Amino acid sequence: MIGKPLGISVLAILILTLSALGIAFTPLSFLLTALLPYAAFAVFIGGFVYRVVNWAKAPVPFRITTTCGQQTSLPWIKNNSLESPADVWGVIGRMALEVFLFRSLFRNTDVAIVGKRPVYGSAKWLWFFGLLFHWSLLIIVLRHLRFFIEPITPWINGLSAVDGFFEIGVPTLYLSDGALLLGLTFLFLRRLVVPQLRYISLVTDYFALLLLLGIVTTGLLMRHFFPADLIQIKNMALGWITFVPAMPKEVGPVFYIHLCFVFTLLAWFPFSKLMHMGGIFLSPTRNLANDNRMRRHLNPWNAPVKVHTYEEYEDEFREKMKLAGLPLEKE
Amino acid sequence: MKLYNRGMIIAGILVFLILATFPFWYGGGKAVPPPDLKLDTPAIQRLKEKRCVESTPYMRANHMKLLAAWRDAAVREGNRSYTAADGQVIPVSLTGTCLGCHSNKDKFCDRCHDYSGAKPACWNCHIIPEEVR
Ligand code: HEM
Repeated sequence: MIGKPLGISVLAILILTLSALGIAFTPLSFLLTALLPYAAFAVFIGGFVYRVVNWAKAPVPFRITTTCGQQTSLPWIKNNSLESPADVWGVIGRMALEVFLFRSLFRNTDVAIVGKRPVYGSAKWLWFFGLLFHWSLLIIVLRHLRFFIEPITPWINGLSAVDGFFEIGVPTLYLSDGALLLGLTFLFLRRLVVPQLRYISLVTDYFALLLLLGIVTTGLLMRHFFPADLIQIKNMALGWITFVPAMPKEVGPVFYIHLCFVFTLLAWFPFSKLMHMGGIFLSPTRNLANDNRMRRHLNPWNAPVKVHTYEEYEDEFREKMKLAGLPLEKE
Repeated sequence: MKLYNRGMIIAGILVFLILATFPFWYGGGKAVPPPDLKLDTPAIQRLKEKRCVESTPYMRANHMKLLAAWRDAAVREGNRSYTAADGQVIPVSLTGTCLGCHSNKDKFCDRCHDYSGAKPACWNCHIIPEEVR
């Protein structure tokens, strides 16, 4: 059943929305404003570190050299230090290209059958919308620091000013919000529309996208349609980080849904595919220098082998060998 | 079990922890008082009923939208009077009506705007009366 993963994800989002709405105006709302912030953040931090440590426990005995550039060899052969780095600096460069520009997605190809023959072409859509989505998300998260810092540092205000440069509407529409919505919508429709992708998509794939779409939608609703009392919200957020709880009054149901989605995201993050945020740095094809021919890499799980070298053998049988007239290395 | 590449892994985790806890250490954990709004200007003290053009909750949530509507009405349609919910007719003027009472921009408008990071574009065109005098 192909519709099932999507159905389950939509259902999960609905349940989250309804539970947030259900407790929004009851005394239980302190769960969302005072208890879950710490619980979700602790699970996020703890889970993140746990996953990274777990990965680091797996030995990587051999350098994986699936690269698309000439490796460093003889001095007169021109090497490609970013695609096939031989040292740490090259690895840092390759990693930076991957993290900031999604280098490997840029190489995405598409195949079409033209006159019974497969024809390969480049496909940059995923790269483009993926990049758009990730950068906007980063900008939005950084802009949100205005709720957590007092006085607000100039770079946060500057970022907001640039993001709202066109001053569309009151309050200003942030360009990153539109870009994020566009990117997420593309990534979501891609899974629905392309049959192969729809076939391989699982609950987690849809849920991640729908959860983020829910966060953006509630955020935009609060900013442009159902104004939230930012003073109350900032008091509460500052209360979290200074451990002086401040219960917000009259912040509206949309804010509770926003928070409920965000905490779900935080707590679920370490155990989901979203951990690629940390995992990218531990990808063997990205973080291993291609230096197999320069350094010997020992497999750490090799069992210790008891060896008997020729020297030892000769020492043991020297007399007998001499008698038999066999040649000896040492007399 | 052994941790491979121990140095890099620990450095990476430390960077993650420092970045993720930024708000906690940046503010030094000091409690910050919420903005203190001053409503004690002479004009407000002379008012019999201390009330803005609309109710306080409405103004708190929607003053920016109201002002944007006023701007469009005055500048684009030449309509310079606003009928409030309670039937009062009020002249549409930021400098005359709003700042007439709230003559203390730095102790009223700015306090919340700075706190919430709002940068309204009002003052690109409008003067701040005190500053000119
Ligand atoms: C992963 C984390 C989060 C994401 C991706 C996110 C996303 C968004 C987006 C896209 C908006 C639309 C307006 C804007 O960009 O400023 C927004 C607004 C908003 N968010 Fe979040 N949010 C997150 C976490 C939070 C948290 C933790 C809080 C609570 C302190 C919060 C409170 C708000 C408020 C109050 C608004 C309305 C802002 C306004 O009216 O100017 N958000 N959010």
